[in-house]
Amino acid sequence: MKKQETLRQRDIRTAWMLILPSLLIILGITLQPILTTFILSFFETSQGQIVPTEFVGLSHYFNFIKDPIFWATIKRTLYFTFVSVALELVLGLGIAQLINSHPPGWKFLRTSLIIPWAVPTIVNGFMWRWIYNADYGALNGLLLQLGVIKHYVPWLIAPQRAMNLVILADIWHTVPFVALILQAALATIPEELEEAAAVDGATSWQRFVRIRLPLLRPAILVALVIRSVEAFRVFDIIYVTTNGGPAFGTVTISFLTYLETFSYGHIGNGSALSFLISLFTMGLAYIYIRFLYRPEVNP
Amino acid sequence: MRVRRSTRRNIWLFLVTIPVLVFIYAPITWLLISSVSTRAELLSVPIHWIPQNPTLKNYLDILTPGTSTSEVASAFKITLRNSLFIATSVTIISIIIGGIAAYALVRMRFPFSQPLLIGLLGTRMIPEVSLIIPLYILAARLRLLNTPYILILTYLSFALPFAIWLMATFFESIPYELEDAARIDGANWLQIIYRIIVPISTPGIVSTALFVFLTAWDEFFFALIFTNTLAAKTVPVAIAEFSGRYVVDISAMMAGGVLAILPPVLLALVFQRYIVSGLTAGAVKS
Repeated sequence: MKKQETLRQRDIRTAWMLILPSLLIILGITLQPILTTFILSFFETSQGQIVPTEFVGLSHYFNFIKDPIFWATIKRTLYFTFVSVALELVLGLGIAQLINSHPPGWKFLRTSLIIPWAVPTIVNGFMWRWIYNADYGALNGLLLQLGVIKHYVPWLIAPQRAMNLVILADIWHTVPFVALILQAALATIPEELEEAAAVDGATSWQRFVRIRLPLLRPAILVALVIRSVEAFRVFDIIYVTTNGGPAFGTVTISFLTYLETFSYGHIGNGSALSFLISLFTMGLAYIYIRFLYRPEVNP
Repeated sequence: MRVRRSTRRNIWLFLVTIPVLVFIYAPITWLLISSVSTRAELLSVPIHWIPQNPTLKNYLDILTPGTSTSEVASAFKITLRNSLFIATSVTIISIIIGGIAAYALVRMRFPFSQPLLIGLLGTRMIPEVSLIIPLYILAARLRLLNTPYILILTYLSFALPFAIWLMATFFESIPYELEDAARIDGANWLQIIYRIIVPISTPGIVSTALFVFLTAWDEFFFALIFTNTLAAKTVPVAIAEFSGRYVVDISAMMAGGVLAILPPVLLALVFQRYIVSGLTAGAVKS
């Protein structure tokens, strides 16, 4: 008995020893920095310096609440998040369904999805920026030849249109991820289930809503959480496609944080903003899990 | 009758498949065409869909820079090498350190193993931007700015939790009996990992390595902030920087873009079957 106790204790010690290197790295480069950022958000720093000088309490947070630029940025970020995630889910589900109906060439389609998924975000933004180019872009070239436009259009100079075109570029890269996840989940639904429903006279729409959709819920939830958290923090593709422009029309909350911190040198403001992003994404994940997660349909 | 209906259905579905394939391939094809076009053709109006004088010069400029190559082309080769070094290092470190931790977390039941695993998932919610200021201060203090090492270290902040989580889900499915038998034979943890866990979960480890490599290759924000010389600049930073000024060497940019796409796309296509299993197990990179 006593020997077993010591064996167990030795096991625990070994386990901790094996986890320690990972734990130290993760604590050192995530937990410590995020706490420091949180603390920095209560301080003012002098221009160009990193060292906090003056304790200002919650005033950075209050300033944002009063700032119309902040709310306009939140609105744009939510627009980007909502529109891109909604389109990704609809298109992703559509493509997953299409692959699962096994039309000629479905394997080729499934393999093809991997390509846009694997393209690095920055290259994706660069590619679309080249397509949207006002003077030499392929979009202008194509639409002119088709007779849709009479002259080349500078696509990215109108804020709202620029935002929508960034969303299009983003979708090209992210729909495959949603489609692949949902397709894998669809493939696990037994055919007998739907055949039985069909025999009972269920229409294909009824079978989709009553059988497939509920069984897909866990996979949809995963895609939804991951994609909205990432869309809410979007930065890379905006940086390379529009650089926040025109006229701040594509500045999202992460981009504003970047500007505050690195362009304006407002470390305190930047820290407060980045902390708000963390809070929001955690809240988002919590809400989804709370309202969408149903243990009984979890396979 | 039945056959005819299914044929019609297939034609219908095929007609839906075509626009999807066009949407996937059109942008990337245009990038490929641009990369073998001359500068004059890239800047021609009306647009030249098919280059009259296709050339590999843009690629050769990057891969074998001579005295006449542009700043853009010669920078690309260096940044490609940096990206490769950084992404490979992050992958190897995460697999080894993370694999050992994942084993301990799922196979050696001990207090706190469950909360630790959930905490790992929680780190995914932390945006990079909220880590950057303290990490910048740390990097400046350690004189690690503009070195690949600060990128390797900071990339571990997202790669390591993810690698541990993904490998933990794969290791969990290995039957305990195998391990117990080895234990009775007196094998220690290293031997168990090496002789049992690794051989059985090779697909899971390959899939994890693939995801980590792709995410590290993709990373932009840390690289943008921590590097401003060619000593450590990565491909995404070079592309973002040059794309702001098309005048420099637009044709080299296109070839650079294709070269930046090649490693992740080829890896993903070759190891295709590991991707779906990884997506469903960890569902992380997107």
